[in-house]
Amino acid sequence: MTSAQNDAAIVDDSAAPPEREEPGYLTGRYRLRDWLTTRDHKRIAVLYAVSITFFFFLGGVAAALIRLELATPQGDLVSDDTYNKLFTAHGVIMVWLFLIPSIPSVLGNFLMPLMIGARDLAFPRLNLASWYLYMLGGAIVLWALLAGGVDTGWTFYTPFSSMFSNSHVVAALAGVLVLGFSSILTGLNFIVSVHTLRAPGMGWFRLPLFVWANYATALILVLATPVLAMTLVLVAIERLFQVGIFDPALGGDPLLFQHLFWFYSHPAVYVMVLPAMGVASEIIPCFARRPVFGYRFMAYAILAIAVIGFLVWGHHMFVSGQSMYAGMVFSLLSFLVAIPSAIKVFNWTATLYKGSIHFSAPMLYALGFVGLFTVGGLTGLFLAALALDVHLSDTYFVVAHFHYIMVGGSVMAYLGGIHFWWPKVTGRMYSETWGKIAALVIFAGFNLTFFPQYLLGYAGMPRRYHSYPEEFQLLHVLSSAGAVTLAIGYLMPLGYLAWSLLHGPRASANPWRATGLEWQTESPPPEHNFTRPPVVVREPYAYTPEEP
Amino acid sequence: MSAHDATAASAPPVLEPQFGSHAQQDFARSFGMWVFLASELLFFGPLLLGYLVLRMHHPEATGMASRHTDMLLGTINTAVLLTSSLLMALAGHAAQADERRRAARLLLATALLGIAFLAIKGYEWHQEFGEHLFPGAGFRPDDARDAGTAHAMELFFLLYFAATALHALHLAIGVAAALWLARGLRRAPPRGPGNETVELAGLYWHFVDVVWIFLYPVLYLTARSGG
Amino acid sequence: MSPGFHLLPADAAQSATRLDSLALCLLLLTGAVAVTLLALMIFFSVRYRAGSNADRTHVPKKGLPVEIAWTVIPLLLFLGIYVWGAVDYAALYQAPPNAMPVFVVAKQWMWEAEHRNGRREKGQLHLPLGRPVRMVMTSQDVIHSFFVPDFRVKQDVVPGRYTSIVFTPSRTGEYRLYCAEFCGTEHAMMLGKVIVMPPAEFARWLDEGPRQPGMAARGYALYRRYGCSGCHDAGSSVHAPDLTGLLGRRVHLADGRELTADEPYVRDSILVPGKDVVAGYAPIMPSFAGQIGEEDILAIIEYIRESGHDERAK
Repeated sequence: MTSAQNDAAIVDDSAAPPEREEPGYLTGRYRLRDWLTTRDHKRIAVLYAVSITFFFFLGGVAAALIRLELATPQGDLVSDDTYNKLFTAHGVIMVWLFLIPSIPSVLGNFLMPLMIGARDLAFPRLNLASWYLYMLGGAIVLWALLAGGVDTGWTFYTPFSSMFSNSHVVAALAGVLVLGFSSILTGLNFIVSVHTLRAPGMGWFRLPLFVWANYATALILVLATPVLAMTLVLVAIERLFQVGIFDPALGGDPLLFQHLFWFYSHPAVYVMVLPAMGVASEIIPCFARRPVFGYRFMAYAILAIAVIGFLVWGHHMFVSGQSMYAGMVFSLLSFLVAIPSAIKVFNWTATLYKGSIHFSAPMLYALGFVGLFTVGGLTGLFLAALALDVHLSDTYFVVAHFHYIMVGGSVMAYLGGIHFWWPKVTGRMYSETWGKIAALVIFAGFNLTFFPQYLLGYAGMPRRYHSYPEEFQLLHVLSSAGAVTLAIGYLMPLGYLAWSLLHGPRASANPWRATGLEWQTESPPPEHNFTRPPVVVREPYAYTPEEP
Repeated sequence: MSAHDATAASAPPVLEPQFGSHAQQDFARSFGMWVFLASELLFFGPLLLGYLVLRMHHPEATGMASRHTDMLLGTINTAVLLTSSLLMALAGHAAQADERRRAARLLLATALLGIAFLAIKGYEWHQEFGEHLFPGAGFRPDDARDAGTAHAMELFFLLYFAATALHALHLAIGVAAALWLARGLRRAPPRGPGNETVELAGLYWHFVDVVWIFLYPVLYLTARSGG
Repeated sequence: MSPGFHLLPADAAQSATRLDSLALCLLLLTGAVAVTLLALMIFFSVRYRAGSNADRTHVPKKGLPVEIAWTVIPLLLFLGIYVWGAVDYAALYQAPPNAMPVFVVAKQWMWEAEHRNGRREKGQLHLPLGRPVRMVMTSQDVIHSFFVPDFRVKQDVVPGRYTSIVFTPSRTGEYRLYCAEFCGTEHAMMLGKVIVMPPAEFARWLDEGPRQPGMAARGYALYRRYGCSGCHDAGSSVHAPDLTGLLGRRVHLADGRELTADEPYVRDSILVPGKDVVAGYAPIMPSFAGQIGEEDILAIIEYIRESGHDERAK
């Protein structure tokens, strides 16, 4: 069989879509008001998808301007203040308006009830409220940007943010505060749903790993986000009322801010990566046609990452002036948190062994995720090593490290999930050829953008610099060229996915012949998900080997 | 007082489509409230932790600052809030027995006590503003001997105002919920709330009460024994 | 490559070579892991591609021995790297007895340094070859970070406290100094130059320059001007602790704690005197917060350091 036929063989459209007993969730009541007052988790997921796509491209524009400025050593495209506002906007938008909500609020909202065999989440109205809070928070952040921007960096270090910056800090803090509440409510909804709404037979160890991943993420959201909320309020209090909390000139402690901020923000990065791991664990077994290797270890590793992730925040502060002994404790814990991630990478690789591998677009994204997450994770070890971090902290090495995980990891997984579940969500198939091309363009563009930054960092290029010494230019030019490629790669799905909504072939219930309850109902699903409540009798990922 | 209200007429509570049974619905909603309260612990917890750290580093200044709080009003407020929790618990019992009108009256009384608490707290804050105890540029306690002690006292009052303001905000939300429920119980479900909603409101109210039970001794009773 | 670009910055401090070795070791280790994983993924993808006639009987769903192996082996390797990193890190904070202190005050957006003999510099720092240097740094406004890639050292410079790092320049030359913590509009322009000279040349350079009293002498003048001598000198009618040879001494505090007097302790005693009152003394010292600038505090500390005729630099 040719490879095209191989891939086509996995797409099973032989079963004609059955007579629908209920209209699909997309085609039921369709006025704008019905969408804006919906309680259907699937519609809410679509609302989120549209809004976060907008913010992704807004954050991307900021990135494009940054890379354009950095193509030349002089600060000649924008002023230094504007540059500082650009990288702040990029960070705030990408972290809070894109990465944190992306997989949980789009894919998680859509799939969690389906995967556990429920008709909706436990609290549908709360789910809608989460989206409105997201939109309100996004609007406030947008206002802060349009009114003149914020120049503190997404990390808001004090006393610069509380006493020195002349930008719209309080507005930005307020926006992020509101977004935090959106996260907390989503997390609460997921936790209660997984505990109380599982279908008969769906024990904890029959749950898909995507559910485990979003469950662990929800635990982090509920416990860590309140600390961020209090911290931002304290910065606002200091800024508005000149109370000395973080500014030493008023008797405050600047390191206190860093401890409070990173206590949330480190678990937040696991919020950004755990759902991505969940997506990879759904895609890889499907296109390798075999069960995931080491299911229980994978589930326990997810929980271990969530728990240990709360204990490592001080590794952002090795050169901050905190005690050297604190540094030693945090470094040790940071090495420990790498272990469960490593276990997952080894298990994904082992899932290819004795499989029957199809290189569909989702599989390309998932394999790309594993590779790039591995590189990003391994470079995290450099940063966990205390003496090395002294040299590498606050340089482009760190920028490269977290972009490998967040972009090479989370964004690739998000796109892989969008493609994998596209037929389920929309009822249409996208163009496989374009899907594969875009995946490869994104992979190439990503590496060209960010690999040079590791070299820049070790050579001493600091981050958040608007201009730089000439000798760094070549690597910056390579990185900016990569950014152009990456931008093209991201625009492509926007094109062919939108096209498929109108012209793509209609999808059957289970075009990938995947296991998982979401594939046992129509594409797109009816409003209440299942015409008959499912009963679970098998292990997850019960793929059978294919005939050659 | 009749055991059953004419208005309610034992209207069955609404079962939402995502739940398979009333038992499942009630359990999920209760569980959800507990998860929410767990996240609330992470709001108040750091403030109490801050107090502990302050007390460890500046025991004398913390005591001096604490003696500036109005213990009479604080104690009265504690009694007010504990009583309100009693009434809220009785409201929950009444709702369970389908006595919606009685539950509504108890909820109203609970809300009124909550408002009384807020009023007393507001008066205390007014007093403390007047004594220059609000942290910031105007902070000037009349008994601080030196800058170090004054700074520690200012930190105490930062924690005091932050914790009591956060508590008051939560209480105000609870008052609003109790008033809304009291009004809504007049109509039978699905137009009005189900009886089990009173239990959920009760959980929230008792949490706000428990937070105060921690705040009261920490803020008012530090170093006050023995005069 | 652009002229002047070096992937590895110059190896200009004694610790830099060791750091590069750690980095190389970790690079080899992580590289080996990455290459192995990549090779396995490619091998499996080719061998087990759909339609190939590889043996797919007995697909393993789990394997406890292999899970334990790939948990324990990385753990042991990580612990080794951790220990190496921690040991080298500790060395950056332990000043040998002959370390030369250099005092730095960072402000938006420039570096100012002062040597013990009073020689000041702006945007530049001259250092002698082969002698350990202990940077004692503070900021006047926001957090900055003292970063010299060629030395592989970086230390945040924080307002309200002193931070410190120790290194020994091992090669003469000029090296870039960057600010590595975002500090506002001109963060990227807060650059400087570190100039390492042979010891004799450095000694000559130190002696030249504007004639001004050494830090300790200037500190003595300030000590008298602000009235510190009025209480703290022997023979004063006010009962105040004797500051002779204070630095490095164990101090017993009124609340029962004990500490070793260092620069931050002296600074706090000047600005927030009620914080660490010495046992046996009444807390009557007034605060000088807002009256004495950071450079002057450093000078007073230098005077106190030398007051016990204590020639140790620490």
